[in-house]
Amino acid sequence: VTTCGLLRHRPGGGGAFWVDSQQKRYVPVKGDHVIGIVTAKAGDVFRLDVGGSEPASLSYLAFEGATKRNRPNVQVGDLIYGQFVVANKDMEPEMVCIDSSGKSSGMGIIGQDGFLFKVSLGLIRKLLAPKCEIIQELSQLYPFELVIGMNGRIWVKARTVQQTLIIVNILEACEYMTPEQRKQALAKLSGT
Amino acid sequence: FMQRGLDSQTKKQLEEEEKKIISEEHWYLDVPDLKEKESCIIEERSFLRCEDLVYGRMSFKGFNPEIEKLMIQMNSKCKEEEIEEDDKMEADVSDEEMARRYETLVGTIGKKFLRKRDQRVLKDDDEGEDDEVEEGNSNTRPSKRAKKTFIKPQD
Repeated sequence: VTTCGLLRHRPGGGGAFWVDSQQKRYVPVKGDHVIGIVTAKAGDVFRLDVGGSEPASLSYLAFEGATKRNRPNVQVGDLIYGQFVVANKDMEPEMVCIDSSGKSSGMGIIGQDGFLFKVSLGLIRKLLAPKCEIIQELSQLYPFELVIGMNGRIWVKARTVQQTLIIVNILEACEYMTPEQRKQALAKLSGT
Repeated sequence: FMQRGLDSQTKKQLEEEEKKIISEEHWYLDVPDLKEKESCIIEERSFLRCEDLVYGRMSFKGFNPEIEKLMIQMNSKCKEEEIEEDDKMEADVSDEEMARRYETLVGTIGKKFLRKRDQRVLKDDDEGEDDEVEEGNSNTRPSKRAKKTFIKPQD
């Protein structure tokens, strides 16, 4: 597999090299947290669309506190935040909503309302960097909730529909704006 | 006829012929075997390990308090920040109030078990317990003072 991009190096730990490339299409990788949309219920297993080549499967027992009697309340069209347990090119990817110790730690069904949209993977990595200015600046504006999936999907929820849409537009536009333009736009918003 | 026996015999003959052919034409390396070094390279497909990425679920300005707690937990696993502040916030009754209540509680219950004469002796029991987390306050029973002699009640 060949990709084009910048070669990055991290000296700490064992030292790591990776290629920082830009793409829109997501390839499922084990351990990644993603947002999936439930497309079908097939017996005990849900099919989720994660933006990869195949739908991922999610067992109903993979939620915190789920037993055979106590099933999670998942409907078709729900949004779910989970991580991959199996993800290679030969098999259909499998997801779970609990981590290795059995706790959900924020994963599971994402609540009602809110807005889901898709961005490129490069922007996701920028947003999830340890000290992201975009997110820090946005958090000063108004209270809101944000879920970022590594498959390029972001879910936003704020108090009013207008605020939600503003945040969505800023996040989408952030990819191509320079920091100064961004600060200008935010200053306009916080002024009005 | 003995067909089964024949088969095994023909097999053996064929094998021997093959071996002969191979040993003449078979090339082999006249080089000592290279020792296989353990490759120290681990291939990793996820970006999570390369860059220190933050947890994906976030909430700001108190929109979703559970997720804010989660954010602090998750991010403190990477960088060790003090989680102690959070523990104090979670208690329903703050530690200071607990200490105050306990202080007075000890006094009132202690009084119950004193004899009548000593009850008069008892004055303020506040010996200034510190307002730190120490919930196990030491039972400071007032040291038994000398019994006072009978005082005539004033008419």
